[in-house]
Amino acid sequence: MNSDLVLRFGAGAKVFVVSLFAIVLSLIVFGIFVVLSGVNPLDVYRLMYVGAFGSWFSWQNTLLRSAPLLLTALCTALPAQMGMVIIGGEGAFVLGGLAAAAAGLLLSDMSVPALIVQGAMAIAGMCAGGAVIASAGALRHLRGVNETISSLLLSYICIAVLNQMVEGPMRDPTSLNKPSTRALPDWAMLGNIPGMDIHVGLIFGLLFCLATYMLMFHTTFGFAARMVGGNVRAARMAGLPVGRLILIVTFLGGAAAGLGGMVEVAAVQGRANATIASGYGLTGILVAFLARQNPLIVIPVAILLGGIDASGGLLQRRLDMPDASVVVLQGIIFVILLASESVQEGINLPGWFRGIKPRSSAVAVAEGAE
Amino acid sequence: MDETSIGWWGVPLAIFAGAIRISTPFLFVSLGEMVTEKSGRINLGLEGTLIMGAMSAYGIAYLTGSPWLGVLVAGLVGTIFGMLHAGICSLPKVNDIAVGIALMLFGTGLAFYLGKPLVQPQAPNLPSFNFGWWSDLQQVQSALKINALFIIGVVLAPVFLWALRNTRWGLILRIVGDSSDAARAMGYSPLAVRLVATAFGGFMAGVGGSFLSLYYPGSWNEGLSSGQGITAVALVIFARWNPMNCLWASLLFGGASALGPALQSVGVTQGYYLFNAAPYVLTLLILILSSSSHRHIAGAPGELSVTR
Amino acid sequence: MSNKLEISRRSLLLSGAVGAAGLAVSSLPFGRALAAGSLSVGFIYVGPRDDYGYNQAHAQGAVALKKLPGVKVTEEERVPETVDVEKTMESMINLDGAKLIFPTSFGYFDPYVLKLAKKYPDVTFMHCGGLWKEGEPDNAHSYFGYIDEAEYLSGIVAGHATKSKKLGFIAAKPIPQVLRNINAFTLGARSVDPAITTQVIFTGDWSMPVKEAEATNSMADQGIDVVTCHVDSPKVIVETAEKRGMFTTGYHANQAALAPKGYLTGAEWNWEALYPSFVADVLAGTTIPHLVRGGLKEKIVKTSPYGAMVGAAARKQADAVKAQLEAGTFVIFKGPIKDNKGNTVIAAGVSQGQTDIALESMSYLVEGVIGSTS
Repeated sequence: MNSDLVLRFGAGAKVFVVSLFAIVLSLIVFGIFVVLSGVNPLDVYRLMYVGAFGSWFSWQNTLLRSAPLLLTALCTALPAQMGMVIIGGEGAFVLGGLAAAAAGLLLSDMSVPALIVQGAMAIAGMCAGGAVIASAGALRHLRGVNETISSLLLSYICIAVLNQMVEGPMRDPTSLNKPSTRALPDWAMLGNIPGMDIHVGLIFGLLFCLATYMLMFHTTFGFAARMVGGNVRAARMAGLPVGRLILIVTFLGGAAAGLGGMVEVAAVQGRANATIASGYGLTGILVAFLARQNPLIVIPVAILLGGIDASGGLLQRRLDMPDASVVVLQGIIFVILLASESVQEGINLPGWFRGIKPRSSAVAVAEGAE
Repeated sequence: MDETSIGWWGVPLAIFAGAIRISTPFLFVSLGEMVTEKSGRINLGLEGTLIMGAMSAYGIAYLTGSPWLGVLVAGLVGTIFGMLHAGICSLPKVNDIAVGIALMLFGTGLAFYLGKPLVQPQAPNLPSFNFGWWSDLQQVQSALKINALFIIGVVLAPVFLWALRNTRWGLILRIVGDSSDAARAMGYSPLAVRLVATAFGGFMAGVGGSFLSLYYPGSWNEGLSSGQGITAVALVIFARWNPMNCLWASLLFGGASALGPALQSVGVTQGYYLFNAAPYVLTLLILILSSSSHRHIAGAPGELSVTR
Repeated sequence: MSNKLEISRRSLLLSGAVGAAGLAVSSLPFGRALAAGSLSVGFIYVGPRDDYGYNQAHAQGAVALKKLPGVKVTEEERVPETVDVEKTMESMINLDGAKLIFPTSFGYFDPYVLKLAKKYPDVTFMHCGGLWKEGEPDNAHSYFGYIDEAEYLSGIVAGHATKSKKLGFIAAKPIPQVLRNINAFTLGARSVDPAITTQVIFTGDWSMPVKEAEATNSMADQGIDVVTCHVDSPKVIVETAEKRGMFTTGYHANQAALAPKGYLTGAEWNWEALYPSFVADVLAGTTIPHLVRGGLKEKIVKTSPYGAMVGAAARKQADAVKAQLEAGTFVIFKGPIKDNKGNTVIAAGVSQGQTDIALESMSYLVEGVIGSTS
């Protein structure tokens, strides 16, 4: 186990160094871009630091924004372990939120304890989100429908369902000018982490990332799933239940995003309405790719992107830069990081970084798990 | 009933007119993407390219007063984005879908960033031809007021079909798309062919974007594209990489998009969100029906990642 | 409370550390220490502030504040109604030292403004939407205008301009504020000729350019010749209607520049008149009511100047009603009024004046409107 950790660390260090280099390079490219539009890049960097990490307030702002990203990123990252590109996290997120609101309202009317209401909301959210992405997985497995496209289409359909429900059957007649479901009672809402102005959704996200990391990289199940991702035919020949693996992993991914929707309803909005669909699912895709689809690396990447998001307002207010500045930066980081992946192979880190001779990490994990 | 009203006849007419008005960006993006996918690569970044095209076309038309120059520049900007995609994809171990998503984000962000000062001004729009001169009905006249870009798109579809089947270029494209090894054995560089194919796809998507900002709805703002670029990529798959099918699929999609407002205008007022989702449901259904896990989708390029 | 103190103590410590690290707090363009008599004001918009619509109207109000001495305005646009707006407001308070905040979108109020108003009792929140209720924080305020008065006048002008007697109204969602505008517009038009009808199309959301253009076109195809709207940015609708040779009446801001041939008049916000008075009150320490409402009389809404194509009869009738509205003697929703299903919604002899609470939850479309609220 110990040697496995060292190996893992050595391989991870290389990814880390290359990624860090890519991010620094992206910041430089973005700096050149802002110079061209007449803004001093040093001001930009300073304000981004101030807005994202410069004070306890900024840190909380950053962490709060990263909470939903942790969960929506998993929606892309987990299926990616099986070689599937899912971009429907937004749909799983909104449907999860809608289902959670329905469950929460139903149970809070029956005045059961708060913990049970919240538990039911979480389960409802995860099931709804999971069902969305699992159906993309099932379509892929049963009919060969491309999961990238189908998950995207499902996402549009989910948003339409959300709108139809909150303005139709589930609308609270007193929500006059912003059609919503009824509000959850205060006692049923998720609270903040003690001592911070951040809701417990952050902890859900962190735990989900850790748990799925353990599942995918330290269990036989995870090994089997990743083997399907590596080579479906070989996995079939090895007698792996490919269909079931696909369904479970896509369900898990969708469940993560669905839980994100539940948190949005139970900790932030207090009700379901059209603003649940505000793009967390889309940013989650970016987080997953930047994290190389690794649930553990999702954590720092989500915080980084949460920070970029948090600093966007300051760039607008102080430097009069467009709100899209942060999207441009995100795009640049994304492009450069992808390109850096191929460069990585050719780079040799100094000897002390490398540790033990690399083996296939999958094999190492399998040995560790068995 | 007064003579200006045609009642329920307005619905099929509106769907017909809407099909023509709304389908053009889908048509251009899907024709371009068809060429890209034929070469064995998928570019999901066309959504970003479309928006960049819309923004740059509007900007150029506003600055120069010439909408056609705007269309051209939109195409060139699209070409650059296509080349960027192809360039990154030609690095080893890079996933074309991931690069597409990255460029979708980058293109959208860049267009919003640079397009900020263009939200207010009015740019000259593209002209249209009036094919409805024979009718007294104003509705028919307006439905047959057809934009030049749509006509170009309609002409391009059969030309593409012919070119794919009968020209050397079409043959090379298909060989590269079906097997890189075979192409290499015949002395063609798959990377170079894909670069050209993706750049061309970008050009078409840029032009498609210019239609949004310069004709319909005909102005630039940040809500202009509601996913037309990426939906068009889905259309290519259910059009089975056949340019004529791309045309039909685009028309179908445009007509479905016009369904919601058209039905409301004759008094069907229930469930407009669901009508708004109709195009996506339709696309998904057709995808499900036309796919199979047992065989390759007919016409699918062998090298294409999304169909393997 | 103790929690809040602890946080501010920690943030002080941290910012001290930051200062020592060379990224000096003093180098912030405007720190917490503002000179006496000066005020830092934050504006938050849900969409782009140059949208020819809702957000532009508010931004024009912000421009009016920028001209005031000692007032520093910071703006942030395209802030969604999520935790984003909460953090934007808090960032304005913590990092810009804002003492007055204008969260201008309806959905910003509950829960975000309410939450922060409790947390920052010394900051004044001026929310647009008219939502404050008894028991909600004292430093939270919500204002809104009776823009249906201007819509009624637009309806009169539209009623004179239409030849087909068919008007169109493109709206985002069937919510009370929107229904009230549709109804006022229709009542205004039908005061000219009771045969006039208004076709409504709901697009489903506040900003859907392609749907809005499609709705305008399908209205043109149905023979409708005057179109108006209630969406965030009327630009696409006004431009499309101009191309189709229709008349338009505007909304939110003045769109006359977009349609020189067809722009009759429009219902506009007059925030540039209202906002400076809020600032003056905050600076002077005067109490501002929690709910501020008003129409033409209070100069919270206004109408666009008539286009050249508006005839004398239309001007005369609209001006006469406008004078009565400004004098406060005209009631728009005055019985008997039937809805478009034949039910009487306001009985004969009943006058629902602008402050009548019944109008706040309007759920019907009046007789003459073609469309349904669900």
